[in-house]
Amino acid sequence: MKPSNVIFHKTPTGIDGLNEITGGGFPQGRPTLICGSAGSGKTVLAMQFLIKGITEYNEPGVFMSFEESEKDLTQNVRSLGFDLEKSIAQKKLKIDFVRVERSEIQETGEYDLEGLFIRLNHAIDSIGAKRVVLDTIESLFSGLENTAILRSEIRRLFQWLKEKGVTTVITGERGDTSLTRQGLEEYVSDCVILLDFRVIEQIATRRLRIVKYRGSTHGTNEYPFLIDEDGVSVLPITSLKLAHTTSSEVISTGLPGLDKLFDGGGYYRGNCTLITGTAGTAKTILAAYFALSSCRQKERVLYFSFEESPDQLTRNMLSVGINLKPFIKSKLLLIHSSRPSLHGLEMHLLSLHKYILEFQPHTVIIDPISSLVTIGSRGEVRAMLARLMDMLKMHQITTLFTSLTHEQPITYNALAEEAISSLVDTWIKVRNKEGRGSRIRSLYIEKSRGMGHSNEIWDFVVTNEGIKIINSEFSAKQGQNGSGEAGRLTANSTRNNS
Amino acid sequence: MGKEENWEFWLYIAGQTPKSILALENITKYSREYIRGRYTIEIIDLLKSPQLAEIDEIFAIPTLVRKIPKPLKRIIGDLSNKEKVLTGLSIRPIATDGK
Repeated sequence: MKPSNVIFHKTPTGIDGLNEITGGGFPQGRPTLICGSAGSGKTVLAMQFLIKGITEYNEPGVFMSFEESEKDLTQNVRSLGFDLEKSIAQKKLKIDFVRVERSEIQETGEYDLEGLFIRLNHAIDSIGAKRVVLDTIESLFSGLENTAILRSEIRRLFQWLKEKGVTTVITGERGDTSLTRQGLEEYVSDCVILLDFRVIEQIATRRLRIVKYRGSTHGTNEYPFLIDEDGVSVLPITSLKLAHTTSSEVISTGLPGLDKLFDGGGYYRGNCTLITGTAGTAKTILAAYFALSSCRQKERVLYFSFEESPDQLTRNMLSVGINLKPFIKSKLLLIHSSRPSLHGLEMHLLSLHKYILEFQPHTVIIDPISSLVTIGSRGEVRAMLARLMDMLKMHQITTLFTSLTHEQPITYNALAEEAISSLVDTWIKVRNKEGRGSRIRSLYIEKSRGMGHSNEIWDFVVTNEGIKIINSEFSAKQGQNGSGEAGRLTANSTRNNS
Repeated sequence: MGKEENWEFWLYIAGQTPKSILALENITKYSREYIRGRYTIEIIDLLKSPQLAEIDEIFAIPTLVRKIPKPLKRIIGDLSNKEKVLTGLSIRPIATDGK
């Protein structure tokens, strides 16, 4: 049998990101085993599979619960935005709680689980269910003594479900040495997914891995996932494929003086710009200029602020003549603030991802990215930033990051720069220097891929009307020598090596 | 002790399988022996009324439910262990007589 001749139909999971990893969803008409330790999100994932099946694919579902009553389940998943009562009333969802209490049951002699089969069959037929969840069938083992009967009956049940042609999700508790305590993975040979819940440095991260998926290619990595008010979402991006389309359209930096330093007159659309500098070098102002410029072109901007609240940011920007308020009002600009230490890195990435999917911005600003970097290990940071940028480029979003640097090298920030600078397309450095009895701010362009740019260092001042770029040291000197051309020549010569 | 009590058993089956037939034979035999004339056995075939499986919380076949006297008791299996059935249904109290 040539595997290429066999077409495996798949059932969409209803879980953001999981379809991508599984190449389309769970095996249709066959059982999928989801295993994980207590609290790893098995029930929620299974419930979402059913609910989204009902609301998005019009496939009714049966939830057979061995642990929680219908009432408890309804309450527990309400916080995730699942309205079970409504689906039950519409005859799209059927919850059957199978209560197995050892103290209430005596066993004597031979029996089978035909009662369970009849119950399940009746439930499936009563609403025309296409999807079934068994959560957690292993509970039977704690309620009943005769494990030999249970094993053969569970095997028979899975076979029966296949014949019935329903797509089934079976949850199983993680065992010490095996994937599930009772070795259910031996019976479910089609698709096995493992959920994991880890707490590292007081930050909790959930991860998902596909252990096996017969007859299908699938991602083999561990994928972080999130459970929030919208249910479960998985972040599928792990590879940095350089396959995104590029644009040659240029967007203004928002600051005419800065535009002039680029031969093209701004940043390329879909490019990624990094502004680095020490504290108080006006990085955020430069970022705000760009936000303003995008908004003026009627493009949506999503501004992630990890140091200032939205109010604080708009007030501070107003003090330098940048008025963001009208664009917030017209919903072109969304400022999202959160504390970097609130989540793990991957959770941050996931929530960024979610906001980006929801708001569909043309431009994303992360101010500063270095705050995120302080909360992860070296490898994690690099992987996360690569994922983040890949995601942004995939959506063709123009991006601007700021990053804080220190006078003395501090490992974390050096890390941010190191991890990110090779990935960005444009890199602007801003700095403070002391001289002539005052502090002078200056900026220069470190690199700009695919666009010629000025090589000079430009002084600038921040006034209550904004940033004014004064002059460059180089041209000032050249001016004295009577040769203003040198600056341009140097600029042109950088064209090819970017 | 409770000699006037009546007993009501419900036996859940799914078609006439050997295990179910054996269970019925067993409970009939024990009842005749210990509570003759004071019992009824109702047979519920879930193949004919599947909706009762959920209502009466049945998952194993055969299941014997003691409806009366209260409280409700369940025994699953072909009821071949006489001692276990008798004590499980409290037909005969656990031997405490004698010393």
